[in-house]
Amino acid sequence: MVRPVFLVQPGAAPLSSFSPNPQRIDALKGAYADAIAARRNRMILGILVFALVIVTSGWMAEVNLAKLAARIGNFTSYIERLAFLDNGAFVLTDIREWYWGITHWMRLLIETLMIAYVGTIVGAVLGFALCFPAARNLTRSALEMAVVRRFLEFCRTVPEIVFALIFVVAFGLGPLPGVLAIAIHTTGALGKLFSEVVENIDMKPVDGIVASGGNRVQVIRFAVVPQVLSNFFSYTLLRFEINVRGAAIMGFVGAGGIGQDLLESVRKFYYSDVSAILILLIVTVFVIDMATERARHALIGREAH
Amino acid sequence: MLAIEGLTRRFGAKAAVSNVTLEIEPGAFVGVIGRSGAGKSTLLRLINRLVDPSEGRIVCDGVDVTALSGQALRHWRADCAMIFQQFNLVGRLDVLTNVLTGRLAKVSTTRSVLRLWSDEDKARGLAALDMLDMASFAAQRADSLSGGQQQRVAIARALVQEPKILLADEPIASLDPRNTKVVMDALQRINKELGITILCNLHSLDLARAYCDRLVGMADGRVVFQGRGFDLTDDVARELYGLEAGDVMEDAHGVGAETRMAASA
Repeated sequence: MVRPVFLVQPGAAPLSSFSPNPQRIDALKGAYADAIAARRNRMILGILVFALVIVTSGWMAEVNLAKLAARIGNFTSYIERLAFLDNGAFVLTDIREWYWGITHWMRLLIETLMIAYVGTIVGAVLGFALCFPAARNLTRSALEMAVVRRFLEFCRTVPEIVFALIFVVAFGLGPLPGVLAIAIHTTGALGKLFSEVVENIDMKPVDGIVASGGNRVQVIRFAVVPQVLSNFFSYTLLRFEINVRGAAIMGFVGAGGIGQDLLESVRKFYYSDVSAILILLIVTVFVIDMATERARHALIGREAH
Repeated sequence: MLAIEGLTRRFGAKAAVSNVTLEIEPGAFVGVIGRSGAGKSTLLRLINRLVDPSEGRIVCDGVDVTALSGQALRHWRADCAMIFQQFNLVGRLDVLTNVLTGRLAKVSTTRSVLRLWSDEDKARGLAALDMLDMASFAAQRADSLSGGQQQRVAIARALVQEPKILLADEPIASLDPRNTKVVMDALQRINKELGITILCNLHSLDLARAYCDRLVGMADGRVVFQGRGFDLTDDVARELYGLEAGDVMEDAHGVGAETRMAASA
């Protein structure tokens, strides 16, 4: 037990008339200095370890600063070339020529959005179905929870582009492998997020429904879903935002969308096509980000009441 | 007849309910009293099977309740409705839907999940709400109501279960004196007019004496007293509540005085 130390005993003389014992003060000063020194040593050690990790990882990842400095010009000149058409004119002087492929690109852009949309919905439905057995407070057995959680981890740890590559081999070129790849990754990501939302619910309504004789499905429907639905919507919208970006590169491996044309333009040095497609993509992602953010804030705002 | 035989429930090494044997006759209004942590809540949750017993049996009309599972268990839970200290309603659902969740054991999963309640069930729910003067709130969200109103909704949910027994776990511990009287009077009416057996956990001795036909006193998970209100002498109270006895009595008298004032106002 730690006893409180009174510098001044209750009922003793006031502090102003208190004459300190010099020996005791010296001892206190020494202890204070030791504590500060120990803290400083720990901090220095921490900084050293941090620096060592940075240097090691830079060395292992072959980060070569000299090379970066020597070749930075290539990068900036590439960016510069993006701004000019094949005939040497600045892109903005002939928008019609710059966006010669707009109908084709728009079709691919819409395909990209559809891949993201369908993938998100399929993933959200599967994530919804799997989040309840994955939640600690609603699972029927530890085994079931472990199996479902490992499955969800597998779904989200394999990058979606890898899934897309495999599915292109299996199902051929086109948007279907892209949808499947995004759906699987979304299942893993949303299943995990949903189960964490479920773990944070108030369990009292659950007791109420169980005590009235509700079965598992009824308990989820009446005691759990009303508490989590707006959060689920919010996370799904956030995921859609991420999936639009993901779908944009699905075409790199032939899994549909605008990515294939972008990759082709980069490979064949069609500079103005690269910039045209990139700007289309950036504007689209920007608009979707703003729209979903607005929708999510509306949901959160409704929550507050 | 509800018979509890040698019922024990351990949480780790500690026995929350320890070798309890009780018989509850149909139509009784039984008060379970004792200090917090005496095992009153666990006893009620054991009867409803929200908690499974470590040892012992619960037998109701010849059926071993402790052996039930699946559909039969859910029907038993509907038969012994439960109301809670914190009401345990679903705040984001409207009042009538909350009441109708009392029908879940008797409705098919598909119909209930789609909220296709029969007209008969809706009428039953509204009648129960009306009996408790809550019918005008049917369309409001449950979390917009006051504590006393929420507890009345919870009682309506219990009533549409058409239970044989009503288990009330500290039903008035979160309520003010006026609502305490409203809720206890409602329980009394349910007991006298509908003939439903009531097992009610109470902290206040005064209320227990005023409303219950029979008292069961618990301490450290054991039943240490059984009898009528006037059998509960100060000595027994001290045994039940230990050093808290004075507080509880004073508290109970205070609440009693206020409820009487509210009733006469």
